[in-house]
Amino acid sequence: MTRTDALTVLPEALLALWALAALMWGAFGGKDRVAGPILLATAAVMAGLAVWIGLGGQGARTAFAGLFVADAFGRFAKVIVLLSGAAVLVMGRAHMERRDLMRFEYPVLVALATLGMMMMVSAGDLMALYMGLELQSLALYVIAALRRDSVKSTEAGLKYFVLGALASGLLLYGASLTYGYAGTTLFSGITAAVQAGGLSTGLLFGLVFLAAGLAFKVSAVPFHMWTPDVYEGAPTPVTAFLATAPKVAAMALFARVVHDAFGGVRAEWGQIVAFLALASMFLGSIAAIGQRDIKRLMAYSSIAHMGFALVGLAAGSATGVKAMLIYMAIYVTMNLGVFAFILAMERDGRHVTDIGSLALYSRREPTRALALMVLLFSLAGVPPLVGFFAKYGVLVAAVEAGMAWLALAGVIASVIGAFYYLRIVYLMYFGEEGDGLDGAMPPAQQALMLGAAAAMVLGVANLFGIEGPAAAAAMALVR
Amino acid sequence: MQNLLSIITFLPLLAAAILALFLRGEDKAAQDNARWLALIATSATFVVSVFLLAQFNPADPRFQFVEEREWIFGLRYKMGVDGISILFVMLTTFLMPLTILACWDVTRRVKEYMVAFLVLETLMIGVFTALDLVLFYLFFEAGLIPMFLIIGIWGGKDRIYAAFKFFLYTFLGSVLMLVAMVAMYVDAGTTDIPRLLRHSFDAGPMEIMGWQVLGGMQTLLWLAFFASFAVKLPMWPVHTWLPDAHVQAPTAGSVVLAAILLKMGGYGFLRFSLPMFPVASQIMAPLVFWLSAIAVVYTSLVALMQEDMKKLVAYSSVAHMGYVTMGIFAANQQGVDGAIFQMISHGFISGALFLCVGVIYDRMHTREIAAYGGLVNRMPVYAAVFMLFTMANVGLPGTSGFVGEFLTLAGVFQVSTWVAAVAATGVILSAAYALWLYRRVVFGDLIKESLKSIADMTRREKAIFAPLVAMTLLLGVYPALVTDIVGPSVASLLSGYHSALAEAQGLVRLALN
Repeated sequence: MTRTDALTVLPEALLALWALAALMWGAFGGKDRVAGPILLATAAVMAGLAVWIGLGGQGARTAFAGLFVADAFGRFAKVIVLLSGAAVLVMGRAHMERRDLMRFEYPVLVALATLGMMMMVSAGDLMALYMGLELQSLALYVIAALRRDSVKSTEAGLKYFVLGALASGLLLYGASLTYGYAGTTLFSGITAAVQAGGLSTGLLFGLVFLAAGLAFKVSAVPFHMWTPDVYEGAPTPVTAFLATAPKVAAMALFARVVHDAFGGVRAEWGQIVAFLALASMFLGSIAAIGQRDIKRLMAYSSIAHMGFALVGLAAGSATGVKAMLIYMAIYVTMNLGVFAFILAMERDGRHVTDIGSLALYSRREPTRALALMVLLFSLAGVPPLVGFFAKYGVLVAAVEAGMAWLALAGVIASVIGAFYYLRIVYLMYFGEEGDGLDGAMPPAQQALMLGAAAAMVLGVANLFGIEGPAAAAAMALVR
Repeated sequence: MQNLLSIITFLPLLAAAILALFLRGEDKAAQDNARWLALIATSATFVVSVFLLAQFNPADPRFQFVEEREWIFGLRYKMGVDGISILFVMLTTFLMPLTILACWDVTRRVKEYMVAFLVLETLMIGVFTALDLVLFYLFFEAGLIPMFLIIGIWGGKDRIYAAFKFFLYTFLGSVLMLVAMVAMYVDAGTTDIPRLLRHSFDAGPMEIMGWQVLGGMQTLLWLAFFASFAVKLPMWPVHTWLPDAHVQAPTAGSVVLAAILLKMGGYGFLRFSLPMFPVASQIMAPLVFWLSAIAVVYTSLVALMQEDMKKLVAYSSVAHMGYVTMGIFAANQQGVDGAIFQMISHGFISGALFLCVGVIYDRMHTREIAAYGGLVNRMPVYAAVFMLFTMANVGLPGTSGFVGEFLTLAGVFQVSTWVAAVAATGVILSAAYALWLYRRVVFGDLIKESLKSIADMTRREKAIFAPLVAMTLLLGVYPALVTDIVGPSVASLLSGYHSALAEAQGLVRLALN
């Protein structure tokens, strides 16, 4: 390991060191009694790293002979991952404490999962990819089952683990096939092999298995089955985490694999991704209609949103990657806002997730109801809210790539999807009187929720300037 | 005045923001503050828009008061008006203070109600002033949110069904348009409307899954826009959301819906379909004609049998919009002038008719025609006003309704005698349902016990109707007020349309064979 290698992976190394230090702090400093301070410190470290990565660093550097790539694309994804991770930690704190779930391992595991994600988005090699992916997944399996005495939470963790292991197996099989036929695990080497000899059947199979494994991680149909159950069973702060940072990382990893390693054969993987996108958009929109549990509903909603983000990827162009990145940034903001609200849903001190409990919520809490309405309309993609521009970007990319049919299917799915978002608005504003929610909203959640809603409205002016960095990130990936 | 259009567009939004952020409480004083602020804001918007009209040069067919700024995704924030759009802006700003006055008696969630209407005004004006495709779409579509809430929160008994139907129906129509807009952007490399008006989209025949599509890309784009505007206008057979929405919406919501929101569809046809896809318009014109003719006759017959007053007026709106689509796709000066005139005049007349229904609904809380009769005995002023607008709806010469119907029929007659003949029967039918409604509600003896103590219009109600009466009569006797302004822009639109058609002559001849 040379000096430049060390400097390139410095943010990751720091986060790893922090995770270990926090573990020691927890183990020797008073176990769960110091969980609160550890959580806040972890969030601060992650936010600090996000600022550092976001402001510093230009151009692309590689470390460990190409295994690790630190470029504009990676930086963009890392900033979103780190910020959303920090936000989830902060907003989930009150919820964890009230339900006696505040273990000191929780922030440590979140930090390790985030470290895995940072590895994923910077992977330049199949080995690095797998390492990052597994570090992330193993940490997530554990925190999904954090509520040990709850059957649902344990079931969620187990289900997630078994299916996740299967997906990892598929991915590894794809990686081994790819290695066998390309003779290297380096993305640049695979690109060279594909350019020299075309996409042989073996490589094609490798690509398909890789795509299947990655589709599982982004919960794209038909590899989505775990999503609703895990979302429902996991403690809500963990669900909020699952819905945000890992999705960004997996989507970025997907983009990196198809563009960096298989950039020469866009038509081949374009079909696969387009199918995943189409199926996800429709299943996510239709299946959510029957859901009464808001966490399951958000699970299907995220499946549909992943479908839309995949539309950008399917386009196979720099515009598409840029649109996908912007989509993910907006998606994460919306989901953070909605989950900040879900975390505070309680009645008589118990956490409730039934959407029926939102009946006439606007009477009791007009401000929060308004914020939630803005977020929901934004999720539905209704202009002038920012969620519309996320969809607009991927539609442009799809039509430019000659996939007008996919764009058409996408907008039709979004109309179907609008129904269940509207239903929540209807419940809040003109539903029947029912058993409502009580309980106050902790300040951190309130701030995040109102902030996210305000961002959905004010972002119309210039999207907070994320377009430039996203374009730079896309240019770094698609050459 | 560089930013005049932005000021007009965003003034109501500013007032809405002030209301939403700074007004607290639900007591009487807070409610009055909300009402007065809304009234002042909408009136101020109207005053500013009068300046706009005064400075507007009708002889110039180009876009005026153009503002342009950088925006996101390579889009531009661009605003401007020409002879076609300025009158719709005026219509909106003119009607909004009256609408606010009309809902003065609402007592439930007054602040939210006023905020919804103010936001809606911004979005409606934005539709008519936007000169960027996506900016237009943004305003066009965003109007759904406040309207959904207005119907849903303040509506009648079946408001939930109506609100969902309204939202999903129009949303489905407009997302198809969104895909078409994206395709236009990819093809032309710009979303700037003036530049798109000069761009000619490929009209060569195209084969899709073994089907020969005449007019190729133009026809596909035209159909996508048609899906959106036909639902919005609405045209038969996609009009079914309208009666539901109208019946359930509160009075002020119905007024805005009928008088302004429906006009967005007609405006869209004029701004996009006709000038941007001339070949497709030519190919599809017969379809539009027959749909319009069916709409005029069929919905008039349906209106005849309604027992709910609002539903009757709603169906009559669909019938009158039939003349509009017909006139637009006749693509001659009379037809298009007439269509615009009809839209403006229908804005006053249908708005006034819904207000007329609202006046007695506020007193009796029913819209059943059978619950009324003999109102002339207790409400002479109301009877006179209602009669004027009934006559205007029928198209009596001397009222603005006549000019619009006459011009559109004259325009269509030059293109298709049969369509004009069928549509003209609608004039007779409209006389039938409107006069019959009037007879059942106003004439006869006052025998119903509940009506014995009904009071005539209050001063506030008279103040609402006075400007509407004035405009209906003024436009009826001096239609040049409108045609002088729209004339040059329409002439330039049509000359562009016909020269584009002449260029594509070969294709069209092929299409007609």
